Amino acid sequence: MPPPLSAEAAKNKTDGLRLVRILLPIVVLAVVVVLWDLVVRLNNIPPYVLPGPGAVMTTLVHDWPVLSQSLLTTLVTTLEGFLAAAIGGIALALLFNQSKWLEYSLFPYAVILQVTPVIAIAPLLLIYLPQQTAVIVCAWIVGFFPVLSNTTLGLNSIDRNLAGLFQLYGASRMQTLRYLKLPSALPFILGGLRIAGGLSLIGAVVAEIAAGSAGAGSGLAYRIAESGYRLNIPRMFAALLLLSVAGIVIYGLLALASHLMLRRWHESALGKEI
Amino acid sequence: MIGPAASTESGSSASDGVAVSLRGVTKVYDSGVLALGPLDLQVGKGEFVSLLGPSGCGKSTALRLIAGLNTATAGTVGVSSRSRQMAGHSIGFVFQEPTLMPWANVRENVRLPLKLARTPEIDSEPRVQQALAHIGLSEFADAFPRELSGGMKMRVSLARALVTDPDILLMDEPFAALDEITRFRLNNDLLSLWRNLHKTIIFVTHSVFESVYLSQRIVVMTSRPGRLSAEIRIDAPQTRGEDFRTSAAYAQYCRQVSNALAPSYAGQRDS
Repeated sequence: MPPPLSAEAAKNKTDGLRLVRILLPIVVLAVVVVLWDLVVRLNNIPPYVLPGPGAVMTTLVHDWPVLSQSLLTTLVTTLEGFLAAAIGGIALALLFNQSKWLEYSLFPYAVILQVTPVIAIAPLLLIYLPQQTAVIVCAWIVGFFPVLSNTTLGLNSIDRNLAGLFQLYGASRMQTLRYLKLPSALPFILGGLRIAGGLSLIGAVVAEIAAGSAGAGSGLAYRIAESGYRLNIPRMFAALLLLSVAGIVIYGLLALASHLMLRRWHESALGKEI
Repeated sequence: MIGPAASTESGSSASDGVAVSLRGVTKVYDSGVLALGPLDLQVGKGEFVSLLGPSGCGKSTALRLIAGLNTATAGTVGVSSRSRQMAGHSIGFVFQEPTLMPWANVRENVRLPLKLARTPEIDSEPRVQQALAHIGLSEFADAFPRELSGGMKMRVSLARALVTDPDILLMDEPFAALDEITRFRLNNDLLSLWRNLHKTIIFVTHSVFESVYLSQRIVVMTSRPGRLSAEIRIDAPQTRGEDFRTSAAYAQYCRQVSNALAPSYAGQRDS
């Protein structure tokens, strides 16, 4: 029989596991980059077909003034779309929660808006709205539904006994909303916001690409489309890299915010040792 | 002793007055099932009464009717309320689960009834501290519910019910999910709270032993529909402890209550 692990050995073991979990994806990334580089070098692939990782990084540094400007534009659009989605989704869910009539009348249209591909709506919006507004509306359309449906789910998942307690003590509608419904819906709302963050970026990119064909715009997606026309493949890769980093950062920030808000009480944010 | 009682005289000391009275109360659910009644019940002020019966016999329903959480289909539910100097509510309710808000710490959970009554924090704080002191949880005021054991959560729930200084405390199988040792300790604490604070307590349970240990009077109910089948008065001193739990009188009462309860279960065997 193996001797029982001492506390220190156990701690070392969990620390080691954590290190492995961080290191493994990095190792995979390194292997892929090296393979990519080797394939490009050994086959003498020209950069306008497939640039090596070195060429992409060089372009990233060299074109940084242009690309950073585009990154900023896309991020601002995403942020505006995300805020609109968050506010719109939560407000609509609250309205639905207060009035069943409103919910029955409007919810089907929220679903329709969600299931119609945004790429198909974007060209229409660009006809009727100023371009910047159209891009934000696209980001909003994609982002608001998860917030709406998650918040609705959260507002409906209240502990029945707690609701009875609020009734017993004569809580007003506003008190029930503020002290019971919103706090118990918070984990659901934050989950919806996490999805909406990524989706807002997608909405912004889709709208930029749709707008890009109309000639204007300067976001990252527009850069990708533009570089494609000019066969500037390294810049396409560089812009794509920035987009995906932006997506990761947005997700990470929202996950962090969610963790900070829930860590004292919600199961999802608790450590496993408890 | 056994057998249905259509109408009941409570026989409680008349000078104290009546805290709760149910007259011909029935409750029919939307599905058409007759859950309760007709039930007549009188509880005197300051009395400790247990409603005892099998699961699903409508004792919780009766409690919810008294609390005003549900409305009776027929009959009258009367609850006396003295004029209150302090803001709050004259009924405290303790559910089977602790029913705490997981996002709020112990202090805020206990404060909730006062907050809903819009009591300013400066007035509510001493009352919250007093309620916490009553149930011995003062040093856990800043803990979150998930950090507490089942027994401690139940104590917080009790403190929350006491914080409005209610006249009547309704308890719906509050200790059913706890282990026996914790349950005994909470039983003792509840008895001393009852003696010191002079509350009327209606206690729903399906435990014969718990009901005999705690109550002055036990109301045995039949199941589906819940009706009153027997009433047993426990003539034991108000100060009860381990010596009462191990006494011959206690065992005698338990046997008597079990016998009274047996017919309630007879119809349930095959379900």
